[in-house]
Amino acid sequence: MRKHLRLLALMLACLCRLQAAGVLKCCLRAEPQTLDPLMVSDEAAELIRYLTSGVLIRINRYTQQPEAELAESWAVSSDGRELRFRLRAGLRFSDGSSFGPEDVECTIRRLTDPQLHSPVADGFRVGGQPPVVKILSGREVAIRFAQPLAGFERLFDQLSVVACEDPQGQRAVLGPYFIAERKPGQYIQLSRNPRYWKRDARGRALPYLDGIRLEIQPNRQLEVLKLVRGEIHLIQKLDPDFYPQLENKPGVRVYDAGPGFDAELMWFNQAPQAPIAEHKKNWFRNLAFRRAVSDAISRADLCRIAFGGRATPAAGPVSPANLLWYNRQLRPYPYDPVGAGQRLREAGFQYRGGQLYDATGRPVEFSLITNAGNRSRERAAALIQRDLQKIGMRVQLVTLEFRSLIERITRSLAYEACLLGLTNVDLDPNSQMNLWLSSGANHQWNPKQPKPATAWEAEIDRLMLRQASTLDRALRKAAFDRVQMIVHEQLPFIYLVYRHGLSAYRPVVRNLKPAGLFPELLWNAAELDLEPQSTR
Amino acid sequence: MKLSLRLARGTLLILAGVSLTAEWVAPHHYAEQFREAINEPPSWRFPLGTDGLGRDRLSRLIYGARVSLLLAPLAAGLATSLAGLIGIASSLSGPWLERLLLVSTDLWMTLPWVFLLLTARALLPLDTEPFASVTITFLLLGLLGWPATARIVAARAQQISQATYLLQARACGERRHQLWFRHVWPNLRPVLLAQFWVLVPAFILAEANLSFLGLGVSEPLPSWGSLLRDLENPGALWTQPWIAAPAVVVVIVIACLHGVLPETGGRQ
Repeated sequence: MRKHLRLLALMLACLCRLQAAGVLKCCLRAEPQTLDPLMVSDEAAELIRYLTSGVLIRINRYTQQPEAELAESWAVSSDGRELRFRLRAGLRFSDGSSFGPEDVECTIRRLTDPQLHSPVADGFRVGGQPPVVKILSGREVAIRFAQPLAGFERLFDQLSVVACEDPQGQRAVLGPYFIAERKPGQYIQLSRNPRYWKRDARGRALPYLDGIRLEIQPNRQLEVLKLVRGEIHLIQKLDPDFYPQLENKPGVRVYDAGPGFDAELMWFNQAPQAPIAEHKKNWFRNLAFRRAVSDAISRADLCRIAFGGRATPAAGPVSPANLLWYNRQLRPYPYDPVGAGQRLREAGFQYRGGQLYDATGRPVEFSLITNAGNRSRERAAALIQRDLQKIGMRVQLVTLEFRSLIERITRSLAYEACLLGLTNVDLDPNSQMNLWLSSGANHQWNPKQPKPATAWEAEIDRLMLRQASTLDRALRKAAFDRVQMIVHEQLPFIYLVYRHGLSAYRPVVRNLKPAGLFPELLWNAAELDLEPQSTR
Repeated sequence: MKLSLRLARGTLLILAGVSLTAEWVAPHHYAEQFREAINEPPSWRFPLGTDGLGRDRLSRLIYGARVSLLLAPLAAGLATSLAGLIGIASSLSGPWLERLLLVSTDLWMTLPWVFLLLTARALLPLDTEPFASVTITFLLLGLLGWPATARIVAARAQQISQATYLLQARACGERRHQLWFRHVWPNLRPVLLAQFWVLVPAFILAEANLSFLGLGVSEPLPSWGSLLRDLENPGALWTQPWIAAPAVVVVIVIACLHGVLPETGGRQ
C-alpha cells in the first residue's frame, strides 16, 4: 500500500512539474518609474502592475469585455451613481493576510488623497469629487460617485487593490505574481503567488509558470538577439524593423495584428510654468502654427520609411481598431507643405532666405525630444525634422534616455516639443480622463491647469465629464466624437500614425493569445505555460 | 622613407582633404533624404548605398570624418596628457603625494559617471547646436578617460625611476632635466602613444553610445560613431555588407595614424 502511495506521489510530483513550467523571460524597455500600483504612469510600471495586482473588474484584453475578478459580482444603482461590489470569499494577499472590503476602502482613500497626485485618480474624481466608500458587510462594499459614472468597469481595470497594511503594494499583492527580486537596471524577478485565487477550467491552481523574469533592456537589437538565441521567450510591441528579419527565423513566430490602439504623436509645450522662452510658447499656442506643422509632415512617408509599412496614417486620438469609439468622420491631414507655408504667412510669420521668422523677427527654431533606442521613432523624428525644414523651421533633435524624457515632460517641463507614443490600456474614453481633462496630470501640452486655459479645452472638459456621467451609450459616443473632432481641429496633439500591433514569440510558449490591447502577449500571464523541455 | 609610411601619410592626407572639402567632394549633402531610395545597395548614384532614410552613405561617411577625425584624437590627446601628467607626477613626487594622486585616480574610476553625463545633458540647453553638443561630448570623454591610463603611466614611471640606467646616469652627474629628456621621457612615450591608440577608437564608439543619453551627435549631423550604429544589427551585415564601410575606414585611419607617428619602442 505504501509503495503505491509513493508511486502516486511521484506521479503527482511529475504532473506538477509539467504544470509548473519554469520561468518565462522577456524584456522591459525601461526601468519602471515606480512600483507603487497607484502611481503608475509609464508602460514598464503598467506591466508590473498588471502582472502583480488584483483589480475588482478586469477587462479581458482578447474579448474586450469586463470580467469579474476580485469582485464576484457588481451592480449599478438606478441613478447610476453607486456601484455595489460583492467580493469573492476567502481571498488572501500574497503575504497571507486576508482581503476584505476594508482594503477596497483603503485603496480608494489613498488613491484620492490629494497629496498623492495619483495619475489614476483623475478618472475617479467624477464631478470633481472623490467617491465615497461604504462597507456594507464582510463581503460587500459600495462606492458612490458625485455623478453617474459610465464605463466604470473599464476604470476599475486600472485600480489595483492594495492592502491597508501595505498601501504601496510592496509585500502584499492579489495578482498572479509578486515581485521577488529587483536589481535596478538589470531585472525584476516575479514569482508565482501561491495564494492567487484563480483556477483553470480543470480546477488547477494558476498561474502555471513559476515566475516571470523581466530583464531591463532598452536596446531593441539586443532584445531581438536574445529572442533568436532563445534567451527570452517573447517580444511585445516588436519594432517594425525587426519584423522582416524575424519572419523567416527558425524557432520564432511573428504576428501583425493590423492597426493597433497606440498612436505616435508630437506635441508642443504650452504650459505657462514651463521654463522656455515666452515667444516660443506664443508660437506653440498659435493654432495656425500647429496646423502648419501638421500639414507639413508627410504621414505616408512616416508609415513607409520609419515604420516599414507597418503603420497607418493617424487622424485623431482613437484608432480605427477601436470600433466602439472611433470617429469615422476624421481623416488624416493631407501632406501640404505649400499650404502650410501659406498658413504661416497669413498668421504673421515671414520667410527670409528660406528660413521662417515670426512677426518680431525671431527665427522659428525649436528642439524636439524623443526617447533614445527606438529606431522607428528616431527615424520618424529625422523625417519630421526634414519636412519642417522645407517650411523654414529649424528643428534640433534630441534623443534622451527614457527616464530623463519622462522627468522633463511630467515634472520639470523643460522641453519645447516632444515626439512619443501613447499607449491605450483601455478602449473606453473614461480611461483617458487624465489625458483630456485640463486638470489632468497627463494633459501633456499644458498639465494640471487650475482652470481651462482655452475655450476648447473647457469644452473638452465639459464633454468628457458629460460622457462620464451618463449611462446613455449614444450620448456618450456623441460627446466623445466631439472631443475627437476638437482635438483634430485644435491639434494639441499632432497625431501622426497608428502603429501596427507587432509581436514575436517562441512557439515553446503555450496558451498565447495575442491581443490588440496592452499587454498584448502577457494579458493572460496566469495561463501561460512553457513546453516542458524548454523549462530552465 | 619607408613605403608603408608614405602610404599611411598619403591615405591620411587624402582622407583629411576629402573631409575638409566635403561640400565639393561628397556626391550629396549628408542630410538630403532620397525617400524613394531607402536602403539602396551601392550604385553609381549612391556608391555606398543609402541608409534607412534614403541618405547617401558615402556622403555621410565623408562628412562624418570631420567630427571623428578631428575630435576623437583631440579627446584622446587630452585624456592621455592628463594621464601622463598625473602618472608622472605621482611617480616622481614624494610618497605622500604619490599616494594622494593614486587614491584620487582610483576614486575617480569608481565614480558613477553615467550620472555625471546625465547631469551634463540636463545642464545643456536642448537647442544646443549639434556640433557644439558633440564637441562638449568629446571634451567630457577627454576629461573622464584618463584614470586607467594614469595608472599604467604611473606604474611605468615608477619602474623607470628605479632603473639601473637612471641610477648610472645620475651617478655620471646628469641633471634633473637631462635625466628627464634623455631617459624618462623616451621610455614613457611608447606607453602614452599606445594608450592614445587605444583611446581614439574607444572614444569614437563612446560618442555613438552617448547619444543614448542625449549627448553626442544629433541628427542629421553624421559622425563615424553614429554610422557604426548600423552594425548593431549583425544580421544586416550578411545582406548589406557595405554598411561595414565606416568600420573599415576607422581601422584604416587607426592603422595609418599608428604608421605616421614616431617609433613607439622605448630604449633601455
